[in-house]
Amino acid sequence: MTQCTILSPTAILGYGFPEASFAAGMAMNPDLIAVDAGSTDPGPYYLGSGKSFTDRAGVKRDLRIMLTAGVPRGIPVVIGTAGGCGARPHLNWTREIIEEIAAEERLDFTMALIPSDIPHEVVLQKLGAGRVLPLEHDTPLTAETVGESPYIVGQIGVEPIQRALAAGAGVVLAGRAYDPAVFAALPIAQGLDRGLALHLGKILECAAIAATPGSGSDSVIGILFEDRFELVPLSDERAFTRESTAAHSLYEKSDPYHLPGPGGTLDLTGCSFTETAGGRVEVRGTRYVPSDLPTIKIEGARCVGYRTISIAGIRDPIMIAGLDETLSAVRARATMILERERIDGRVDIRVYGRDGVMGEWEPQRGTPAHEVGVVIDVVAETQDAANSICSLTRSTLLHYGYPGRISTAGNLAFPFSPSDLPAGPVFEFSLYHLMELDEAETKSLFPYELVRVTSRKGGPA
Amino acid sequence: MSTTHTASPRPLTELARVIRSKNSGPFTLTLDIIFSSEQEYRAIKESGQITRELIATAYRIEPETITNIVFFDPASAVKIVLPRTVASGSPGDRDVYGAQQHAPLLGLSFTLPQATPDSSRGPRR
Repeated sequence: MTQCTILSPTAILGYGFPEASFAAGMAMNPDLIAVDAGSTDPGPYYLGSGKSFTDRAGVKRDLRIMLTAGVPRGIPVVIGTAGGCGARPHLNWTREIIEEIAAEERLDFTMALIPSDIPHEVVLQKLGAGRVLPLEHDTPLTAETVGESPYIVGQIGVEPIQRALAAGAGVVLAGRAYDPAVFAALPIAQGLDRGLALHLGKILECAAIAATPGSGSDSVIGILFEDRFELVPLSDERAFTRESTAAHSLYEKSDPYHLPGPGGTLDLTGCSFTETAGGRVEVRGTRYVPSDLPTIKIEGARCVGYRTISIAGIRDPIMIAGLDETLSAVRARATMILERERIDGRVDIRVYGRDGVMGEWEPQRGTPAHEVGVVIDVVAETQDAANSICSLTRSTLLHYGYPGRISTAGNLAFPFSPSDLPAGPVFEFSLYHLMELDEAETKSLFPYELVRVTSRKGGPA
Repeated sequence: MSTTHTASPRPLTELARVIRSKNSGPFTLTLDIIFSSEQEYRAIKESGQITRELIATAYRIEPETITNIVFFDPASAVKIVLPRTVASGSPGDRDVYGAQQHAPLLGLSFTLPQATPDSSRGPRR
Protein backbone atom coordinates (compact mmCIF):
# COMPACT_ATOMS: atom_id res chain seq x y z
CA MET A 1 0.00 0.00 0.00
CA THR A 2 1.36 3.38 -0.99
CA GLN A 3 1.88 6.00 1.66
CA CYS A 4 3.86 9.20 1.89
CA THR A 5 5.30 10.78 5.04
CA ILE A 6 5.88 14.52 4.80
CA LEU A 7 7.80 16.70 7.22
CA SER A 8 6.77 20.36 7.45
CA PRO A 9 9.34 22.21 9.57
CA THR A 10 7.72 25.65 9.86
CA ALA A 11 4.84 27.76 8.58
CA ILE A 12 7.06 30.20 6.71
CA LEU A 13 10.70 29.59 5.89
CA GLY A 14 12.69 31.80 8.25
CA TYR A 15 10.21 31.68 11.15
CA GLY A 16 12.31 29.00 12.88
CA PHE A 17 11.40 25.72 14.60
CA PRO A 18 12.67 23.70 17.59
CA GLU A 19 15.40 21.34 16.42
CA ALA A 20 14.03 18.63 18.74
CA SER A 21 10.71 18.65 16.84
CA PHE A 22 12.50 18.52 13.51
CA ALA A 23 14.67 15.61 14.75
CA ALA A 24 11.55 13.77 15.93
CA GLY A 25 10.16 14.24 12.44
CA MET A 26 13.34 12.95 10.82
CA ALA A 27 13.13 9.86 13.07
CA MET A 28 9.88 9.00 11.26
CA ASN A 29 11.82 8.64 7.98
CA PRO A 30 9.96 11.20 5.91
CA ASP A 31 9.72 10.82 2.14
CA LEU A 32 9.69 14.59 1.69
CA ILE A 33 10.71 17.75 3.52
CA ALA A 34 8.74 20.71 2.23
CA VAL A 35 8.17 24.31 3.23
CA ASP A 36 6.18 27.27 2.06
CA ALA A 37 8.31 30.41 2.08
CA GLY A 38 5.78 33.06 1.27
CA SER A 39 2.52 34.91 1.64
CA THR A 40 0.74 37.99 0.35
CA ASP A 41 -0.09 38.93 3.95
CA PRO A 42 2.78 41.36 4.50
CA GLY A 43 1.37 43.51 1.72
CA PRO A 44 2.38 44.60 -1.79
CA TYR A 45 5.75 46.19 -0.98
CA TYR A 46 7.76 42.98 -1.10
CA LEU A 47 6.50 41.77 -4.46
CA GLY A 48 6.78 45.22 -5.99
CA SER A 49 10.27 45.91 -4.67
CA GLY A 50 11.65 42.40 -5.20
CA LYS A 51 12.65 42.15 -1.54
CA SER A 52 12.03 39.40 1.00
CA PHE A 53 9.90 40.02 4.07
CA THR A 54 11.73 37.27 5.91
CA ASP A 55 15.11 37.75 7.53
CA ARG A 56 18.10 36.38 5.64
CA ALA A 57 19.76 34.93 8.73
CA GLY A 58 16.50 33.21 9.74
CA VAL A 59 15.99 31.74 6.29
CA LYS A 60 19.57 30.50 6.21
CA ARG A 61 19.26 28.88 9.64
CA ASP A 62 16.06 27.03 8.66
CA LEU A 63 17.41 25.97 5.26
CA ARG A 64 20.68 24.73 6.77
CA ILE A 65 18.81 22.34 9.07
CA MET A 66 16.55 21.13 6.26
CA LEU A 67 19.30 20.66 3.67
CA THR A 68 21.81 18.94 5.95
CA ALA A 69 19.06 16.53 7.03
CA GLY A 70 17.51 15.89 3.62
CA VAL A 71 20.32 15.97 1.06
CA PRO A 72 22.67 13.29 2.52
CA ARG A 73 19.70 10.92 3.01
CA GLY A 74 18.32 11.47 -0.48
CA ILE A 75 15.08 12.98 0.85
CA PRO A 76 13.80 15.66 -1.54
CA VAL A 77 13.60 19.17 -0.10
CA VAL A 78 10.95 21.29 -1.81
CA ILE A 79 10.63 25.04 -1.18
CA GLY A 80 7.75 27.09 -2.56
CA THR A 81 7.26 30.86 -3.00
CA ALA A 82 10.96 31.52 -2.62
CA GLY A 83 11.91 34.72 -0.86
CA GLY A 84 8.35 35.44 0.26
CA CYS A 85 6.84 36.46 -3.08
CA GLY A 86 8.43 34.12 -5.59
CA ALA A 87 9.52 36.60 -8.29
CA ARG A 88 12.92 36.28 -9.94
CA PRO A 89 14.84 38.44 -7.39
CA HIS A 90 13.28 36.41 -4.55
CA LEU A 91 14.26 33.16 -6.25
CA ASN A 92 17.83 34.37 -6.76
CA TRP A 93 18.04 35.59 -3.15
CA THR A 94 17.08 32.15 -1.86
CA ARG A 95 19.29 30.35 -4.39
CA GLU A 96 22.29 32.31 -3.15
CA ILE A 97 21.54 31.30 0.44
CA ILE A 98 21.27 27.64 -0.59
CA GLU A 99 24.56 27.80 -2.46
CA GLU A 100 26.27 29.36 0.57
CA ILE A 101 24.98 26.55 2.78
CA ALA A 102 26.12 23.90 0.28
CA ALA A 103 29.62 25.39 0.30
CA GLU A 104 29.74 25.65 4.08
CA GLU A 105 28.29 22.19 4.73
CA ARG A 106 30.00 20.41 1.82
CA LEU A 107 26.79 19.33 0.17
CA ASP A 108 26.48 18.33 -3.49
CA PHE A 109 23.12 18.03 -5.18
CA THR A 110 21.03 18.81 -8.22
CA MET A 111 18.66 21.69 -7.69
CA ALA A 112 15.70 22.58 -9.85
CA LEU A 113 14.73 26.24 -10.07
CA ILE A 114 11.18 26.91 -11.17
CA PRO A 115 10.76 30.59 -11.97
CA SER A 116 7.13 31.63 -11.86
CA ASP A 117 7.44 35.03 -13.51
CA ILE A 118 4.93 35.58 -16.29
CA PRO A 119 6.34 37.67 -19.13
CA HIS A 120 4.54 41.00 -19.44
CA GLU A 121 3.79 40.33 -23.12
CA VAL A 122 1.94 37.13 -22.18
CA VAL A 123 -0.25 39.03 -19.71
CA LEU A 124 -0.88 41.81 -22.26
CA GLN A 125 -1.81 39.32 -24.95
CA LYS A 126 -4.22 37.53 -22.57
CA LEU A 127 -5.61 40.88 -21.47
CA GLY A 128 -6.26 41.82 -25.10
CA ALA A 129 -8.09 38.53 -25.57
CA GLY A 130 -10.28 39.19 -22.52
CA ARG A 131 -8.79 36.26 -20.64
CA VAL A 132 -7.64 38.05 -17.47
CA LEU A 133 -10.35 38.33 -14.84
CA PRO A 134 -10.23 40.31 -11.55
CA LEU A 135 -10.26 38.17 -8.43
CA GLU A 136 -12.23 39.40 -5.38
CA HIS A 137 -12.13 43.00 -6.59
CA ASP A 138 -13.56 44.83 -9.58
CA THR A 139 -10.78 47.07 -10.79
CA PRO A 140 -10.31 46.34 -14.49
CA LEU A 141 -6.75 45.68 -15.52
CA THR A 142 -5.17 48.01 -18.06
CA ALA A 143 -2.08 47.62 -20.22
CA GLU A 144 -0.64 50.62 -18.39
CA THR A 145 -0.98 48.88 -15.01
CA VAL A 146 0.70 45.76 -16.39
CA GLY A 147 3.59 47.92 -17.59
CA GLU A 148 3.92 49.59 -14.19
CA SER A 149 4.20 46.29 -12.32
CA PRO A 150 7.85 45.23 -12.33
CA TYR A 151 7.25 41.60 -11.33
CA ILE A 152 4.25 39.52 -12.33
CA VAL A 153 4.12 36.03 -10.90
CA GLY A 154 1.77 33.13 -11.52
CA GLN A 155 0.86 30.64 -8.82
CA ILE A 156 2.19 27.28 -9.94
CA GLY A 157 0.40 24.07 -9.11
CA VAL A 158 1.83 20.60 -8.51
CA GLU A 159 2.77 19.71 -12.12
CA PRO A 160 5.89 21.91 -12.57
CA ILE A 161 7.24 20.56 -9.26
CA GLN A 162 6.49 16.98 -10.32
CA ARG A 163 8.41 17.49 -13.56
CA ALA A 164 11.41 18.85 -11.62
CA LEU A 165 11.36 15.92 -9.17
CA ALA A 166 11.07 13.44 -12.04
CA ALA A 167 14.15 15.03 -13.62
CA GLY A 168 16.13 14.00 -10.54
CA ALA A 169 16.25 17.22 -8.53
CA GLY A 170 17.19 16.65 -4.90
CA VAL A 171 16.17 20.18 -4.03
CA VAL A 172 13.37 22.08 -5.74
CA LEU A 173 13.23 25.85 -5.36
CA ALA A 174 10.02 27.22 -6.81
CA GLY A 175 8.85 30.76 -7.40
CA ARG A 176 5.28 31.70 -6.46
CA ALA A 177 3.51 28.44 -5.70
CA TYR A 178 0.04 27.50 -4.51
CA ASP A 179 0.85 26.89 -0.85
CA PRO A 180 -0.12 23.18 -0.74
CA ALA A 181 1.70 22.35 -4.01
CA VAL A 182 5.13 21.79 -2.45
CA PHE A 183 3.65 19.16 -0.15
CA ALA A 184 1.24 17.54 -2.60
CA ALA A 185 3.38 17.30 -5.77
CA LEU A 186 5.36 14.19 -4.75
CA PRO A 187 2.52 12.08 -3.29
CA ILE A 188 0.24 12.87 -6.24
CA ALA A 189 3.05 11.77 -8.59
CA GLN A 190 3.22 8.55 -6.56
CA GLY A 191 -0.42 7.93 -7.37
CA LEU A 192 -2.03 9.08 -4.12
CA ASP A 193 -5.32 10.97 -4.14
CA ARG A 194 -5.12 14.57 -5.31
CA GLY A 195 -7.87 15.88 -3.05
CA LEU A 196 -6.43 14.35 0.11
CA ALA A 197 -2.88 15.34 -0.86
CA LEU A 198 -3.86 18.99 -1.42
CA HIS A 199 -5.94 19.14 1.74
CA LEU A 200 -2.99 17.73 3.68
CA GLY A 201 -0.80 20.35 1.98
CA LYS A 202 -3.23 23.09 3.05
CA ILE A 203 -2.71 22.07 6.64
CA LEU A 204 1.04 21.35 6.45
CA GLU A 205 1.80 24.70 4.85
CA CYS A 206 0.93 26.27 8.19
CA ALA A 207 3.00 23.68 10.12
CA ALA A 208 1.70 23.49 13.69
CA ILE A 209 -0.82 26.35 13.38
CA ALA A 210 -3.57 23.70 12.97
CA ALA A 211 -2.56 21.98 16.25
CA THR A 212 -3.51 23.16 19.70
CA PRO A 213 -1.91 25.25 21.06
CA GLY A 214 -1.15 26.43 17.56
CA SER A 215 2.30 27.51 16.45
CA GLY A 216 3.67 28.81 13.18
CA SER A 217 7.18 27.88 14.27
CA ASP A 218 7.01 24.20 15.17
CA SER A 219 7.35 21.15 12.94
CA VAL A 220 4.68 18.56 12.18
CA ILE A 221 4.37 15.40 10.11
CA GLY A 222 1.59 14.46 7.72
CA ILE A 223 1.16 10.88 6.54
CA LEU A 224 -0.88 10.41 3.41
CA PHE A 225 -2.51 7.02 2.83
CA GLU A 226 -4.68 5.92 -0.07
CA ASP A 227 -7.95 6.74 1.68
CA ARG A 228 -7.01 9.23 4.41
CA PHE A 229 -4.29 11.35 5.92
CA GLU A 230 -3.00 11.61 9.43
CA LEU A 231 -1.49 14.63 11.19
CA VAL A 232 1.23 13.97 13.75
CA PRO A 233 2.48 16.54 16.28
CA LEU A 234 6.21 16.48 16.97
CA SER A 235 6.30 18.25 20.31
CA ASP A 236 4.73 17.17 23.63
CA GLU A 237 3.48 20.71 24.01
CA ARG A 238 0.76 20.34 21.38
CA ALA A 239 -1.72 17.96 19.82
CA PHE A 240 -4.02 17.90 16.82
CA THR A 241 -7.67 17.75 17.80
CA ARG A 242 -10.80 17.33 15.74
CA GLU A 243 -11.68 20.97 16.40
CA SER A 244 -8.23 22.42 15.80
CA THR A 245 -7.90 20.62 12.47
CA ALA A 246 -11.41 21.38 11.26
CA ALA A 247 -11.10 24.99 12.39
CA HIS A 248 -7.92 25.39 10.36
CA SER A 249 -10.01 25.06 7.19
CA LEU A 250 -11.41 28.48 8.10
CA TYR A 251 -8.07 30.20 8.43
CA GLU A 252 -7.52 32.91 5.82
CA LYS A 253 -10.22 31.39 3.61
CA SER A 254 -13.43 32.93 2.29
CA ASP A 255 -15.34 29.64 2.14
CA PRO A 256 -14.20 26.79 4.38
CA TYR A 257 -16.04 24.14 2.33
CA HIS A 258 -14.64 25.02 -1.10
CA LEU A 259 -10.98 25.91 -1.47
CA PRO A 260 -10.05 26.98 -5.00
CA GLY A 261 -6.58 26.39 -6.42
CA PRO A 262 -4.81 25.91 -9.72
CA GLY A 263 -6.78 23.48 -11.87
CA GLY A 264 -9.64 22.85 -9.49
CA THR A 265 -11.32 23.19 -6.13
CA LEU A 266 -11.07 21.19 -2.93
CA ASP A 267 -14.49 20.19 -1.65
CA LEU A 268 -14.56 19.65 2.11
CA THR A 269 -18.30 19.10 2.43
CA GLY A 270 -17.83 15.34 2.93
CA CYS A 271 -14.81 15.58 5.24
CA SER A 272 -14.53 13.78 8.53
CA PHE A 273 -12.00 14.54 11.25
CA THR A 274 -11.28 11.81 13.82
CA GLU A 275 -8.94 11.98 16.80
CA THR A 276 -6.60 9.03 17.24
CA ALA A 277 -3.98 8.20 19.89
CA GLY A 278 -0.91 10.36 20.43
CA GLY A 279 -2.52 13.71 19.65
CA ARG A 280 -3.11 12.71 16.04
CA VAL A 281 -6.06 13.44 13.80
CA GLU A 282 -7.20 11.43 10.80
CA VAL A 283 -8.96 13.15 7.89
CA ARG A 284 -11.05 11.46 5.20
CA GLY A 285 -13.46 12.43 2.48
CA THR A 286 -11.86 15.48 0.81
CA ARG A 287 -12.77 15.64 -2.88
CA TYR A 288 -10.95 17.39 -5.71
CA VAL A 289 -13.20 18.88 -8.35
CA PRO A 290 -11.29 19.85 -11.51
CA SER A 291 -12.30 23.15 -13.08
CA ASP A 292 -13.62 23.29 -16.65
CA LEU A 293 -11.05 25.78 -17.77
CA PRO A 294 -7.40 25.85 -16.72
CA THR A 295 -6.54 29.13 -15.01
CA ILE A 296 -3.70 30.50 -12.93
CA LYS A 297 -3.75 33.20 -10.34
CA ILE A 298 -1.40 36.05 -11.19
CA GLU A 299 -0.08 38.67 -8.80
CA GLY A 300 1.76 41.92 -9.27
CA ALA A 301 2.36 45.21 -7.49
CA ARG A 302 3.21 48.68 -8.71
CA CYS A 303 4.75 51.73 -7.12
CA VAL A 304 2.20 54.46 -6.35
CA GLY A 305 4.48 56.97 -4.67
CA TYR A 306 6.84 57.59 -1.78
CA ARG A 307 6.02 57.78 1.90
CA THR A 308 7.16 59.94 4.79
CA ILE A 309 5.67 59.52 8.26
CA SER A 310 5.82 61.37 11.54
CA ILE A 311 4.80 59.81 14.86
CA ALA A 312 3.74 61.86 17.88
CA GLY A 313 1.70 61.65 21.05
CA ILE A 314 -0.89 64.07 22.43
CA ARG A 315 -1.60 64.24 26.18
CA ASP A 316 -3.50 67.52 26.46
CA PRO A 317 -7.21 66.80 27.16
CA ILE A 318 -8.35 70.11 25.69
CA MET A 319 -6.57 69.34 22.43
CA ILE A 320 -7.89 65.76 22.40
CA ALA A 321 -11.47 66.97 22.95
CA GLY A 322 -11.37 69.10 19.80
CA LEU A 323 -8.98 66.97 17.77
CA ASP A 324 -11.13 66.48 14.66
CA GLU A 325 -11.61 70.21 14.16
CA THR A 326 -7.90 70.82 14.77
CA LEU A 327 -6.84 68.17 12.26
CA SER A 328 -9.20 69.51 9.56
CA ALA A 329 -7.93 73.03 10.11
CA VAL A 330 -4.30 71.88 9.97
CA ARG A 331 -4.94 69.96 6.76
CA ALA A 332 -6.64 72.97 5.19
CA ARG A 333 -3.80 75.29 6.11
CA ALA A 334 -1.14 72.87 4.85
CA THR A 335 -3.05 72.20 1.62
CA MET A 336 -3.30 75.93 0.92
CA ILE A 337 0.45 76.40 1.15
CA LEU A 338 1.23 73.24 -0.81
CA GLU A 339 -1.16 74.17 -3.61
CA ARG A 340 0.61 77.48 -3.97
CA GLU A 341 3.87 75.59 -4.38
CA ARG A 342 2.25 72.94 -6.59
CA ILE A 343 3.20 70.04 -4.35
CA ASP A 344 0.59 67.33 -4.44
CA GLY A 345 0.18 64.33 -2.20
CA ARG A 346 -2.08 62.29 0.02
CA VAL A 347 -2.16 62.93 3.76
CA ASP A 348 -3.73 60.46 6.20
CA ILE A 349 -3.63 61.35 9.86
CA ARG A 350 -4.34 58.30 11.99
CA VAL A 351 -5.30 58.79 15.60
CA TYR A 352 -4.41 55.80 17.75
CA GLY A 353 -6.32 55.49 20.98
CA ARG A 354 -9.44 56.54 19.11
CA ASP A 355 -10.02 54.92 15.71
CA GLY A 356 -6.50 54.38 14.40
CA VAL A 357 -7.09 50.65 13.82
CA MET A 358 -10.63 50.55 12.44
CA GLY A 359 -11.35 54.01 11.04
CA GLU A 360 -14.98 54.35 9.97
CA TRP A 361 -15.75 50.80 11.18
CA GLU A 362 -14.90 51.71 14.78
CA PRO A 363 -18.12 51.29 16.77
CA GLN A 364 -16.84 52.88 19.98
CA ARG A 365 -17.36 56.58 19.51
CA GLY A 366 -17.40 59.50 21.89
CA THR A 367 -15.20 58.15 24.66
CA PRO A 368 -12.08 60.31 24.53
CA ALA A 369 -8.83 58.72 25.64
CA HIS A 370 -6.54 60.53 28.07
CA GLU A 371 -3.74 60.24 25.52
CA VAL A 372 -3.65 59.49 21.79
CA GLY A 373 -0.97 58.64 19.26
CA VAL A 374 -0.90 60.42 15.93
CA VAL A 375 0.70 59.11 12.77
CA ILE A 376 1.00 61.59 9.93
CA ASP A 377 1.22 59.44 6.81
CA VAL A 378 2.09 61.17 3.56
CA VAL A 379 2.32 59.55 0.14
CA ALA A 380 3.47 61.73 -2.77
CA GLU A 381 4.95 61.33 -6.21
CA THR A 382 8.54 61.81 -5.05
CA GLN A 383 10.31 61.32 -1.75
CA ASP A 384 11.11 65.04 -1.65
CA ALA A 385 7.46 65.96 -2.07
CA ALA A 386 6.43 63.49 0.66
CA ASN A 387 9.10 64.94 2.97
CA SER A 388 7.89 68.51 2.32
CA ILE A 389 4.23 67.73 2.91
CA CYS A 390 4.98 65.74 6.07
CA SER A 391 7.22 68.48 7.40
CA LEU A 392 4.64 71.20 6.80
CA THR A 393 1.76 69.15 8.24
CA ARG A 394 3.81 68.24 11.31
CA SER A 395 5.01 71.77 12.01
CA THR A 396 1.52 73.22 11.47
CA LEU A 397 0.00 70.69 13.87
CA LEU A 398 2.78 71.26 16.41
CA HIS A 399 2.04 74.97 16.75
CA TYR A 400 -1.63 75.21 15.78
CA GLY A 401 -3.63 77.50 18.07
CA TYR A 402 -6.80 75.47 18.57
CA PRO A 403 -9.73 77.00 20.50
CA GLY A 404 -9.27 76.94 24.27
CA ARG A 405 -5.55 76.19 24.06
CA ILE A 406 -3.65 76.89 27.29
CA SER A 407 -0.59 74.78 26.47
CA THR A 408 1.02 77.31 24.16
CA ALA A 409 4.51 75.84 23.74
CA GLY A 410 3.74 72.88 21.45
CA ASN A 411 0.98 70.36 20.73
CA LEU A 412 2.94 67.18 20.05
CA ALA A 413 5.26 64.85 21.98
CA PHE A 414 7.75 63.42 19.49
CA PRO A 415 9.44 60.20 20.60
CA PHE A 416 12.19 60.53 18.00
CA SER A 417 14.58 62.98 16.47
CA PRO A 418 14.37 63.25 13.52
CA SER A 419 10.60 63.46 13.86
CA ASP A 420 9.96 62.68 10.18
CA LEU A 421 10.88 59.31 8.75
CA PRO A 422 11.13 58.81 4.99
CA ALA A 423 9.81 55.29 4.36
CA GLY A 424 10.63 54.94 0.67
CA PRO A 425 8.48 53.62 -2.17
CA VAL A 426 4.86 52.60 -1.58
CA PHE A 427 3.25 49.84 -3.61
CA GLU A 428 -0.25 48.59 -4.21
CA PHE A 429 -1.42 45.22 -5.48
CA SER A 430 -2.00 45.99 -9.14
CA LEU A 431 -2.58 42.43 -10.33
CA TYR A 432 -4.62 39.91 -8.46
CA HIS A 433 -6.36 38.15 -11.29
CA LEU A 434 -7.17 34.81 -12.82
CA MET A 435 -5.58 34.22 -16.20
CA GLU A 436 -7.13 31.64 -18.50
CA LEU A 437 -4.74 29.18 -20.09
CA ASP A 438 -4.81 26.96 -23.14
CA GLU A 439 -4.27 23.27 -22.53
CA ALA A 440 -0.79 23.45 -24.12
CA GLU A 441 0.22 26.35 -21.85
CA THR A 442 -0.42 24.27 -18.74
CA LYS A 443 2.52 22.13 -19.86
CA SER A 444 4.80 24.81 -21.32
CA LEU A 445 4.53 27.43 -18.56
CA PHE A 446 6.94 27.25 -15.65
CA PRO A 447 9.74 25.03 -17.00
CA TYR A 448 12.43 24.12 -14.50
CA GLU A 449 16.14 24.89 -14.78
CA LEU A 450 18.46 22.24 -13.34
CA VAL A 451 21.60 23.50 -11.61
CA ARG A 452 24.36 21.48 -10.05
CA VAL A 453 25.10 22.81 -6.56
CA THR A 454 28.51 21.78 -5.37
CA SER A 455 30.43 22.24 -2.16
CA ARG A 456 33.16 23.95 -4.14
CA LYS A 457 32.52 27.61 -4.83
CA GLY A 458 32.42 28.60 -8.47
CA GLY A 459 31.26 25.18 -9.70
CA PRO A 460 29.41 24.88 -12.98
CA ALA A 461 25.98 26.45 -12.89
CA MET B 1 -24.56 23.39 33.96
CA SER B 2 -28.07 23.95 32.69
CA THR B 3 -29.24 27.51 32.31
CA THR B 4 -32.65 26.28 31.26
CA HIS B 5 -34.93 29.00 32.45
CA THR B 6 -32.85 32.03 31.70
CA ALA B 7 -33.50 33.62 28.37
CA SER B 8 -31.19 36.53 29.03
CA PRO B 9 -28.60 37.10 26.33
CA ARG B 10 -25.12 35.67 26.85
CA PRO B 11 -22.05 37.56 25.67
CA LEU B 12 -20.33 36.05 22.65
CA THR B 13 -17.03 36.22 24.54
CA GLU B 14 -18.48 33.55 26.88
CA LEU B 15 -19.77 31.37 24.06
CA ALA B 16 -16.81 31.45 21.68
CA ARG B 17 -13.25 30.25 22.14
CA VAL B 18 -11.93 32.06 19.07
CA ILE B 19 -13.02 35.43 17.66
CA ARG B 20 -10.59 36.69 15.04
CA SER B 21 -10.11 38.58 11.79
CA LYS B 22 -7.63 38.06 8.99
CA ASN B 23 -7.11 38.80 5.31
CA SER B 24 -8.14 36.22 2.79
CA GLY B 25 -6.09 37.70 -0.01
CA PRO B 26 -5.39 41.44 -0.30
CA PHE B 27 -9.00 42.48 -0.99
CA THR B 28 -11.00 40.36 1.41
CA LEU B 29 -11.38 40.29 5.17
CA THR B 30 -12.75 37.28 6.99
CA LEU B 31 -14.08 37.17 10.53
CA ASP B 32 -14.19 33.81 12.32
CA ILE B 33 -16.20 32.91 15.39
CA ILE B 34 -15.42 29.43 16.71
CA PHE B 35 -17.84 28.35 19.42
CA SER B 36 -16.74 26.40 22.50
CA SER B 37 -19.70 24.05 22.47
CA GLU B 38 -21.12 22.31 19.44
CA GLN B 39 -24.55 22.30 21.08
CA GLU B 40 -24.57 26.04 21.70
CA TYR B 41 -23.23 26.64 18.19
CA ARG B 42 -26.08 24.64 16.68
CA ALA B 43 -28.64 26.33 18.86
CA ILE B 44 -27.47 29.79 17.87
CA LYS B 45 -27.10 28.86 14.21
CA GLU B 46 -30.62 27.45 14.06
CA SER B 47 -32.12 30.33 16.02
CA GLY B 48 -31.20 32.59 13.08
CA GLN B 49 -29.69 35.29 15.27
CA ILE B 50 -26.51 35.62 13.21
CA THR B 51 -27.63 37.77 10.31
CA ARG B 52 -26.19 40.27 7.90
CA GLU B 53 -28.11 42.98 9.75
CA LEU B 54 -26.51 42.07 13.07
CA ILE B 55 -22.98 42.15 11.67
CA ALA B 56 -23.67 45.26 9.59
CA THR B 57 -24.87 47.15 12.66
CA ALA B 58 -21.79 46.12 14.63
CA TYR B 59 -19.51 47.37 11.83
CA ARG B 60 -21.54 50.47 10.93
CA ILE B 61 -21.91 49.24 7.34
CA GLU B 62 -24.82 48.37 5.03
CA PRO B 63 -25.99 44.72 5.19
CA GLU B 64 -25.44 44.34 1.41
CA THR B 65 -21.75 45.11 1.92
CA ILE B 66 -21.25 41.71 3.56
CA THR B 67 -20.11 39.21 0.94
CA ASN B 68 -21.11 36.09 2.78
CA ILE B 69 -21.88 34.43 6.09
CA VAL B 70 -20.92 30.74 6.18
CA PHE B 71 -21.73 28.29 8.96
CA PHE B 72 -19.02 25.62 9.18
CA ASP B 73 -20.38 22.75 11.24
CA PRO B 74 -17.19 20.63 11.45
CA ALA B 75 -15.56 23.37 13.53
CA SER B 76 -18.72 24.78 15.17
CA ALA B 77 -17.80 28.02 13.50
CA VAL B 78 -19.22 30.97 11.61
CA LYS B 79 -17.28 32.84 8.99
CA ILE B 80 -18.20 36.34 7.86
CA VAL B 81 -16.63 37.64 4.65
CA LEU B 82 -16.31 41.37 3.94
CA PRO B 83 -14.57 43.33 1.23
CA ARG B 84 -11.74 45.45 2.64
CA THR B 85 -12.37 49.18 2.34
CA VAL B 86 -8.74 49.64 1.21
CA ALA B 87 -6.63 46.86 -0.32
CA SER B 88 -3.96 45.48 1.98
CA GLY B 89 -0.98 47.83 2.10
CA SER B 90 -2.37 50.43 -0.32
CA PRO B 91 -2.19 54.08 0.76
CA GLY B 92 -4.79 54.69 3.46
CA ASP B 93 -4.83 51.11 4.76
CA ARG B 94 -4.89 50.73 8.54
CA ASP B 95 -4.33 47.01 9.02
CA VAL B 96 -2.15 45.26 6.43
CA TYR B 97 -2.81 41.74 7.78
CA GLY B 98 -6.41 42.52 8.73
CA ALA B 99 -5.71 40.91 12.09
CA GLN B 100 -7.33 43.53 14.37
CA GLN B 101 -10.76 44.05 12.82
CA HIS B 102 -12.67 41.66 15.08
CA ALA B 103 -13.39 43.92 18.06
CA PRO B 104 -16.99 44.84 17.12
CA LEU B 105 -17.86 41.12 17.41
CA LEU B 106 -16.73 41.09 21.05
CA GLY B 107 -19.74 43.18 22.01
CA LEU B 108 -22.35 40.80 20.55
CA SER B 109 -24.56 38.63 22.70
CA PHE B 110 -27.00 35.84 21.90
CA THR B 111 -30.05 34.36 23.50
CA LEU B 112 -29.85 30.60 23.78
CA PRO B 113 -33.16 28.82 23.26
CA GLN B 114 -34.39 26.73 26.21
CA ALA B 115 -31.71 24.08 26.57
CA THR B 116 -33.49 20.76 26.40
CA PRO B 117 -32.00 18.15 24.04
CA ASP B 118 -34.85 18.42 21.53
CA SER B 119 -35.53 22.10 21.55
CA SER B 120 -31.84 22.82 20.99
CA ARG B 121 -32.35 21.23 17.59
CA GLY B 122 -34.10 24.39 16.73
CA PRO B 123 -37.46 26.09 16.45
CA ARG B 124 -37.67 25.21 12.79
CA ARG B 125 -41.12 23.71 12.58
